[in-house]
Amino acid sequence: MASSTSITVDVDGVTYTDDVEPRLLLVQYLRERLGKTGTLIGCDTTNCGACTVHLDGVSVKSCTMFAVQADGHQVTTIEGLAQNGKLAPLQEAFHQCHALQCGFCTPGMIMQSASLLKENPHPTETEIRDGLEGNLCRCTGYQNIVAAVKSVADGVEYDESGVSVSDDLVDDLAADGSERTGVS
Amino acid sequence: MIPSAFDYAAPTTVEEALGLLSAADEAGDEVKVLAGGQSLIPVMKLRLADPSLVIDLGRIPSLSGITDDGDFLTIGAMTTHHVMETDPLLATHLPLLQMAAGTVADPQVRHRGTFGGALVHADPAGDMLAPVLATGATFTVSGPNGQRSVDAADFFQGYFTTAVEDGEILTSIKVPKYTGWGAHYEKFTRVAQQWSIVAVAAMVRIQDGVIAEARLGLTNMASTPLRATATEAALAGCALTQEAIAAACAHAAEGTEPASDLNGDAEYRRHLVQVVAKRAVMKAAGLQPDGLKRTRE
Repeated sequence: MASSTSITVDVDGVTYTDDVEPRLLLVQYLRERLGKTGTLIGCDTTNCGACTVHLDGVSVKSCTMFAVQADGHQVTTIEGLAQNGKLAPLQEAFHQCHALQCGFCTPGMIMQSASLLKENPHPTETEIRDGLEGNLCRCTGYQNIVAAVKSVADGVEYDESGVSVSDDLVDDLAADGSERTGVS
Repeated sequence: MIPSAFDYAAPTTVEEALGLLSAADEAGDEVKVLAGGQSLIPVMKLRLADPSLVIDLGRIPSLSGITDDGDFLTIGAMTTHHVMETDPLLATHLPLLQMAAGTVADPQVRHRGTFGGALVHADPAGDMLAPVLATGATFTVSGPNGQRSVDAADFFQGYFTTAVEDGEILTSIKVPKYTGWGAHYEKFTRVAQQWSIVAVAAMVRIQDGVIAEARLGLTNMASTPLRATATEAALAGCALTQEAIAAACAHAAEGTEPASDLNGDAEYRRHLVQVVAKRAVMKAAGLQPDGLKRTRE
């Protein structure tokens, strides 16, 4: 019978040491051991991206990693993004741009968007769509998700009352839209 | 979905990993070697693989990284697709591999998935196989009796089967530089993050206004990646026009044995590979095929 392994992982700024079975998936560890249910399990087959977290600052699908592989590493979940009770810019942007319908894909979308913007702070609309290709929204609400990410890349700031997406941004997206017409 | 229980070992050197493999072989354990895990873990979750021991190579630093060795780049087997996609050495000397790495799955998978893992997994629809074959790379395999080298032409042996034997580990891939060659990886899929239905890896050396030399690898046209040798021969001396390149690429299906599946039957793939080869060669040569708009670059 397989033995347990001791792991030490930093999750959202707190260090945890636990005995885990090697077959325990990282997403199960986060949800079932640590109670971090903000990270969701969508497809459980590496397709949908709902379980996306950051491992040492880059996005990974936590349904496709064992918890033992995270031993000695740093994990950030959606629950670690807000600082001192203030939403991160991407979280505020998703809120203000109405970038969610049912909300199930949202934690993964935000974590992948954060990773994308870290690697490419000023993506075009096409680059945002390519960057989010591993995240599925079954409500098909992609347009506002892309708008939210673009607004953060463009430096739109949201005050406490929130601001709507500016007319300029809508115009930008309409203009960018012309480059993503069909494949022959 | 939860995999069957297994024991886990995370060696920190190749020697330690090989020792674990030998010991497991003597004990009769079924072993799987874990690289990035982006194919192995899904397969274990489906319980199509049921190892009693998993040996994780993720804690062996010497297996990662890209080094310049004169006429070659040496790429560590545990180098991630993301590193391949963004590495400046690769961009200068092997843009074909850089471009192909950027088409693998999605960004999260590219952060974890590895070059060597993809090659040893040897899925015929995998995107790194045909480009590596086209480069004529040499694979360095380590085992109980030391290291041996395997030519790319001998490495891929069938569906999910390579020259890496039980007890051995692929440690690095030595790839000749193709500095200054035009390169393109053209992948045909219907939706994002899909496996290639057909893809073509093309490199061309242009001299005196014609294609002097071409190297082409085909993805998902047989149980292994293939070189399109008839097309390569027809492209030698080929003019830089769509008509001439299309005529040469009409040979692209010769010698292929594609599978039939829900994405297309064999006949469809034999037609498609000619079209995709034409696009790949034209783009490698810096030409834009007529009537083609793309959503992805």
